Amino acid sequence: MFVEFFLSLKQAGVPASLREYLTLIEAMKHNIAAYKVDDFYYLSRSCLVKDERNLDKFDRVFGTCFKGLEFLSEPDEKAKIPEDWLRKLAERVLSAEEMAKLKAMGWDELMETLKKRLEEQTKRHQGGSKMIGTAGTSPFGAFGYNPEGVRMGQDEGRHGRAVKVWDQRLYKNLDDSVEIGTRNIKMALRRLRRFAREGAATELDLPDTIRATAHNAGILDLKMVPERHNSVKVLILFDVGGSMDGHIKVCEELFSAVRSEFKHLEYRYFHNCLYERIWSDNRRRHNEPQATWDLIHTYPADYKLIFVGDATMSPYEITYPGGSVEHMNEEPGTEWMRRVLDVYSRAVWLNPVAEKYWDNSPSIGILRQLMRGRMYPLTLGGLDRAMRELGH
Amino acid sequence: MKFKGTDSYVATPDLMVAVNAAITLQRPLLVKGEPGTGKTILAHEIARAIKKPLIEWHVKSTTKAQQGLYEYDAVSRLRDSQLGDAKVQDIGNYIRRGKLWEAFAADEAPVLLIDEIDKADIEFPNDLLLEIDRMEFFVYETGEKIAARQRPIVIITSNNEKELPDAFLRRCFFHYIAFPDKETMARIVKVHYPDIQKNLVNEALGAFFEIRDVPGMKKKPSTSELLDWIKLLMAEDIPPETLRSKDRKDLIPPLYGALLKSEQDVHLFERLAFISRREGR
Repeated sequence: MFVEFFLSLKQAGVPASLREYLTLIEAMKHNIAAYKVDDFYYLSRSCLVKDERNLDKFDRVFGTCFKGLEFLSEPDEKAKIPEDWLRKLAERVLSAEEMAKLKAMGWDELMETLKKRLEEQTKRHQGGSKMIGTAGTSPFGAFGYNPEGVRMGQDEGRHGRAVKVWDQRLYKNLDDSVEIGTRNIKMALRRLRRFAREGAATELDLPDTIRATAHNAGILDLKMVPERHNSVKVLILFDVGGSMDGHIKVCEELFSAVRSEFKHLEYRYFHNCLYERIWSDNRRRHNEPQATWDLIHTYPADYKLIFVGDATMSPYEITYPGGSVEHMNEEPGTEWMRRVLDVYSRAVWLNPVAEKYWDNSPSIGILRQLMRGRMYPLTLGGLDRAMRELGH
Repeated sequence: MKFKGTDSYVATPDLMVAVNAAITLQRPLLVKGEPGTGKTILAHEIARAIKKPLIEWHVKSTTKAQQGLYEYDAVSRLRDSQLGDAKVQDIGNYIRRGKLWEAFAADEAPVLLIDEIDKADIEFPNDLLLEIDRMEFFVYETGEKIAARQRPIVIITSNNEKELPDAFLRRCFFHYIAFPDKETMARIVKVHYPDIQKNLVNEALGAFFEIRDVPGMKKKPSTSELLDWIKLLMAEDIPPETLRSKDRKDLIPPLYGALLKSEQDVHLFERLAFISRREGR
């Protein structure tokens, strides 16, 4: 019945399966939508979409698949939106033939045409005509930067018909499939779980109790074990300042996710490249530096080491003594990197710079070599790869 | 047996369709949405509206799927056997029923609320797949098969802390409770505080939505916070004019503690107030 609709949903990337489609059919058979378009929209949404991030895709597909359907039900007066008058503006500005072409044209193109036309008009009527003055800049101020936020609505737009629910696209903001959020980072970090039983014995160990009781000739002998928790130990070194300022947000997100995921977590800061000093509080970096040697001596080799930094600097800062931009370093950064990596065999470097630009900066190449290729971009995919590397 | 909202719960049409679909087809309904938009309350109200008992299962991070079915208390059986208690012969005496079993065994189909399913371990929903789907499970200790006498109406809530597995999602209806618009919000307030003055509601809602629109807030206030706030406003007898006064120095709403729950947000507001006061001078 709605195969076409179902297939276009799949094409649009809504992960609906045959089972859900059958559920929809079953629900239709039970007359839940009761021949009302709005109810059918709600019902199919509830059946086929299982994640709020897909709601907007669904709305768009529904809009295209059931175009013209709104004739069947009462227009919803409440649903009037400013696009209405924008559309009227389009009608006034564009010629009749251009309006006829609208159907073939995408909205983006329409906006482009409209914008051009308005610009022309601004020039022609110097000082700005009334139309431009009141409406000309505002629609583009409001919508120009976000053209996909504006839709053309239905064919009969000229009559000022209201736009239906799915055309309001209420869930636009939830479609954040590209954004890397704390929750997603946590999911990626979960690969690094190593459960172990440590600490106070609080849980009853049933198999061992039974074994011990049998051993004890049937007299009950309770055995307890400590609770399971994540025992992975992580040491993170963050590059701060300078070129890293542009990546602060993603680093903050990573940091907050890491902090809640690992119980054994140590973090320190460095600038550009690792030298003989690091610091644990970024505000007091000049007053209270710590020796990198202390770090190596304090934390045992079973800690997993994660560098976070853009690795973008002059190559001299890594390879030459005295190369640091901040102080006189007696030994080159390469030496310090080698020392740390000798101790911590499980180590990765997360780089917020996009992978495709890595070849443009020689310092990234040097550090990658030092890390023996274990540098990953700070994206979900990269994080996932990095965690696999650390995990095995 | 149609759900149309109740005298204390305002249901939007899309929510009604989703709930009715779940009731008619006897499939679970998964409800998501911002905290404080009434996900848990929904189950209570459905139970009240269709006059069925409500069984609540609150999930915690330590909850295991098995606990919802049954638990076998091997230790107390062992202890009883040491004491020579006669009831030790029947293993059934040591099987403790879980919430799902309770719901399956009920005389009339109850409403079963599985609250905050995302709090549990990542495998939790997968462990319940078959039980939720066929509404039956097997008790290994007694060799008994427990099947639902009537399929309960299952409402599952999630706060999105973990992704739920696809196989689980496929078996559910899904509803995302969007944040109510101003009109729905006014109806919600009316349902909860019928004698409130109309202009107070308007002013309070205006201030509330303005606060929600402030960019960069850590935790936006939600419906339940608004209701608390209005309750406070009524209790303190704050005149609506106070809320309306666009006087610069009153940028922070009175009794803001009910709305702003994080220190950073309060600071953000104080900063904004400071800036606008300086500009106003």
